[in-house]
Amino acid sequence: MSLTINLVLLVFLLVMALAVLKTKHLFAMAMLFGLYSLLVAGLFVVLDAPDVAFTEAAVGTGISTVLMLVTLASIKDGHEAVSTGKTRVGPLIICVVMGGLLIFGTHDIAELGDIKSAPNQQVALHYIQQGQAETGVPNLVTAVLASYRGFDTLGEVTVVLTAGIGVLLLLGQRRKIHVKTRAGSNDK
Amino acid sequence: MMDYAIGHINYWLIIAVMMVGLYTLISRSNLIKKLAGLAMFQTAVILFYVSMGKVTGGTVPIMSTDYTVYSNPLPQVLMLTAIVVGVATTAVGFALVIRIKEAYDTVEEDQINIMDNQE
Amino acid sequence: MINDLILRVVTKWLSPTIILFALYVQFHGDYSPGGGFQAGVIFSSAILLYALTYGLDAALKVIPETALRVCASFGVLLYAGVGVASMIMGGNFLNYSVLANNPLTGQHIGIIVIELGVGITVAAVMILLFFTFARRVAPE
Repeated sequence: MSLTINLVLLVFLLVMALAVLKTKHLFAMAMLFGLYSLLVAGLFVVLDAPDVAFTEAAVGTGISTVLMLVTLASIKDGHEAVSTGKTRVGPLIICVVMGGLLIFGTHDIAELGDIKSAPNQQVALHYIQQGQAETGVPNLVTAVLASYRGFDTLGEVTVVLTAGIGVLLLLGQRRKIHVKTRAGSNDK
Repeated sequence: MMDYAIGHINYWLIIAVMMVGLYTLISRSNLIKKLAGLAMFQTAVILFYVSMGKVTGGTVPIMSTDYTVYSNPLPQVLMLTAIVVGVATTAVGFALVIRIKEAYDTVEEDQINIMDNQE
Repeated sequence: MINDLILRVVTKWLSPTIILFALYVQFHGDYSPGGGFQAGVIFSSAILLYALTYGLDAALKVIPETALRVCASFGVLLYAGVGVASMIMGGNFLNYSVLANNPLTGQHIGIIVIELGVGITVAAVMILLFFTFARRVAPE
């Protein structure tokens, strides 16, 4: 039953990704991108990962889509030019070959949901058996994130702060600065 | 054969979504569409990792006395970090797009290349 | 800025509820899905909703930008401060068991304080990003 839900959501996701590829109107693309994030959050709930679903729904549908809309409003460009809609053979061949190689690589992955597969047996078993006893916290994801792997989380928070500083440095000035002043060499 | 297909079709569909995102990134010349393709690619990779941690018959990895089998918490933790880093990258990318628009007055990559080669 | 009556009334009712939910998610991260990142992003989306409906100037009166810059750095400082505090108490960096007499209480204190630091930084940075982008939109 949950496999059927999984398959239906994945097919919707594929259709949504193709729609983002093909759309020429950029505002519509921003809305479809938000819908893509929402479908991925639904998939995370079916795959027993509510923490990740929370984060993906809030961040993908909330922050990323809003930033895309504000960028579109700021550059006042609602349509993609018509000439870039054609299929280019080189990138298509690269993507097909890479997809084929990846699918060949999944030959050895254990089936979905196997408890005896290697990722589910080694360190994770220790976390499940000893996590609550050693940290006193029932939510294993918080225990691993904050206590067992606290260093990684410190690095992640620093990355978020660095991104904020980067955007402040790029866009912090009140007036718009023109870097290149061209006299009539604008051929659009 | 059927069991093999049923067990693996998840991964194949996720790889297809990944490749659509990659194709959007490298073949379209509008910068905002490239950023959307990059974000789709990142999210599909994260989905791949989380789906490797699912255990049939298991439940959410929050300890409770009613359940004995739990899904794997480790991929979920690593992917939490990956999602937040992805949104930080996307935000800086959008800031760069705004500055490029102010400098070149266009966000199409072909025209930016033409303008650069004219110097 | 938008004159739609339904939008203004609903936003006035929804924004405090969303902030309350963000605080719930932050402090219940130990017992249910949640934690610092989710709470920070939900908090920032409440402020975003207010800014989109009532305009950027009204939102800047609620949270001035200097306070946001201070809060963003304060969260990371709090996180690293817990690590340094555990070094002062005799353990390794970010070893929470030495923060109190009972190791389990020490772990609990450490986890709550660092999740608070993470939540403060993420909320402040997300709101700061939106305000910085929104300043570039030319007024119509």
